[in-house]
Amino acid sequence: MATASVTSSSTGRILGTLRLPTIIAVFLALTLGVLGIDQFVNAMTLGAIYALVALGYTMVYGIIELINFAHGDVFMVGSFVAMFISSRVLGNDGSITNVPLLIESVLVLFVVTIGIMALIGALIERLAYRPLRRAPKLAPLITAIGVSFILQNIIQFFFGPTITQVPQLVPVEWAIEIAGARVPLLNLFVIATSIILMICLQLFISRTRTGRAMRTTSMDRDASSLMGVDINRTIMITFLIGSGLAGAAGVVHGLYYGNTNFSLGFESGLKAFTAAVLGGIGNTAGAALGGFLIAFVEVGASAFGYGRWGGAIVFSLLVIFLVFRPTGLLGSHSGDRA
Amino acid sequence: MSRIGTATSTRFAPVRAYFRRHRSLGIVVGVLFIGVALPLITHIPPFDGIQSTNAWVNAFTTAAIYAMLAMGLNIVIGFAGLLDLGYAAFFALGGYTYAFVAAPYTGVHLPFWPMLLAGGVVGAIFGILLGAPTLRLRGDYLAIVTLGFGEIVPITLMNSDKFTNGVNGISGIDKPNIPGIVQFTLINPWPMYALVVALLTIIMIMIFRLQDSRLGRTWDAIREDELAAESSGVNIVIAKLQAFAVGASIAGIVGVVNAAKLTIVTPDQFRFSVSISVLAAVVLGGMGNTIGVATGAFIIYLFQNILLKQINTLVENFNIPVLSHIDFLQFQYVLYGIVLVLMMLKRPQGVFPASRRKREFEPLKIEKRGAK
Repeated sequence: MATASVTSSSTGRILGTLRLPTIIAVFLALTLGVLGIDQFVNAMTLGAIYALVALGYTMVYGIIELINFAHGDVFMVGSFVAMFISSRVLGNDGSITNVPLLIESVLVLFVVTIGIMALIGALIERLAYRPLRRAPKLAPLITAIGVSFILQNIIQFFFGPTITQVPQLVPVEWAIEIAGARVPLLNLFVIATSIILMICLQLFISRTRTGRAMRTTSMDRDASSLMGVDINRTIMITFLIGSGLAGAAGVVHGLYYGNTNFSLGFESGLKAFTAAVLGGIGNTAGAALGGFLIAFVEVGASAFGYGRWGGAIVFSLLVIFLVFRPTGLLGSHSGDRA
Repeated sequence: MSRIGTATSTRFAPVRAYFRRHRSLGIVVGVLFIGVALPLITHIPPFDGIQSTNAWVNAFTTAAIYAMLAMGLNIVIGFAGLLDLGYAAFFALGGYTYAFVAAPYTGVHLPFWPMLLAGGVVGAIFGILLGAPTLRLRGDYLAIVTLGFGEIVPITLMNSDKFTNGVNGISGIDKPNIPGIVQFTLINPWPMYALVVALLTIIMIMIFRLQDSRLGRTWDAIREDELAAESSGVNIVIAKLQAFAVGASIAGIVGVVNAAKLTIVTPDQFRFSVSISVLAAVVLGGMGNTIGVATGAFIIYLFQNILLKQINTLVENFNIPVLSHIDFLQFQYVLYGIVLVLMMLKRPQGVFPASRRKREFEPLKIEKRGAK
């Protein structure tokens, strides 16, 4: 069983590297044709946010095989932390047109939010998941649901159940012309941020010592422990990075939509998880791909007038994928059926 | 706890022995006793000041509805070991089934009693429809699929406003009726209370008998070691599907009762938080222990609806400046979360552990100590 999954994962990975650029190119061309450039940019932006959240799901699942139900809510808390820093600490209440100041504010926002969310994520792992690492599988799933509920309601308690405004630091009017269409700079900024973070993550996982520890731990925890990998530290770093990315997604979400809500994490969390499954859970490139795919499905659905059904369509996709192709599009290392 | 247990067991040994042989009778007597005792208790001082007896009985009725849901979910989680996070969806389907055929909205008025069974059948059908493709999945994937299903059902009910009247739901649902004997009304909570107590008794007897049946033992085997069960010739998928169907049908039946009690169904009644509150009841009571989870549901329901409300009025009356702006009812959701996390960390077998489940969680502690 173990050897089978390892071989299938390596073949999956080789296939994945060959297939990925083709899939992406064909897909982008198709969607651009169907949706038109405005919707295309919208979908790419939404996809960038989903992808950042999906990475956290897939990393955690890859390493400890836990669906971290609380991850969507970590993203939500991230958006509130960003809101808090931006409007209450830095005192912004609108866009900043002064470019150096804008860059400085956005950087501070990112660094502080990512830092805080990484710490919160690691804290959740330490308190709610680590004690149950050897417990029956049901146990950490149930605490994850519990943590998700606690986070949601703490935020609801402090900020109320209604929508909270977030200052959109990057002016929404700024735009550039691409092929005759007006593309807001904000969208490009979101997409670029997300892609930069994803490239950093890929480099970190593939090039650094800690990244290698993460990969070995996800393949075989006991064996890597015997080879001198500090399992607890590696898992904690996974949570730090995953939650940090969710924090970044929270910042980006606030800048892009200009508002946030305590129930944001539940639905976008489910969608991001679907994205992770679509790409092949445990596979970081797959999660990014899945994030964009889900966004295209959703934007496509609303473009054709089925906007209200977006959620239902995405969940149906999730079920279909879990049933017929649990390893996702790019293959995963842990998609085996039990 | 064990000390009290032995003391009572020596005094009531013959009684206990009798009811051990006639367990169904024991359940009937026990539930009836509690069913009569609870309204009586509300006449005693600290309770009679809180609300009128009728309001209390109404609250007990709802608590019993939650208790039945918890017992149904317990079949899925406690017996078969499958995490179902969308249980409220089946509850909703039962409610809407009755609402469709017993409300001015459609103009059809079928009698309540056969619909009680129909609700169960609808629940079971949807349980099978959802379970058939997904029960082959790993446990955690099943959890997320059921979570998605639990989300799709209210969304669908809300969006298909042509059929379901959307967000406003279906109102004016018929109350059950026994012609010439009892007239169920909104003002008089007693007939509904009696109905719910009777239904709870029947469901509890059924579950106890089911637990000892071949199927119940199959669930035990699957939960404890799926691979071993499969090797011993158990058809795992069928057995899981049966658990899913039975659990869902109970939710369907209870959904019909709930719709008839409230006389209105809206998509908002069946949100994710309902699934979680029932899950919290199961975890609190002790997964696998039918009486335990029913008690857990009672505790959680009464805690949130009586105690938190009381704190609210108390704070208002004393006019404590800092606290008076806080709506303590909001805390019920935090409460579910805390119950889930703390119970799993500190007492995974629940407050009232099922003897079998207790042993399942026991060796883990030793293993953990050994690892350190």
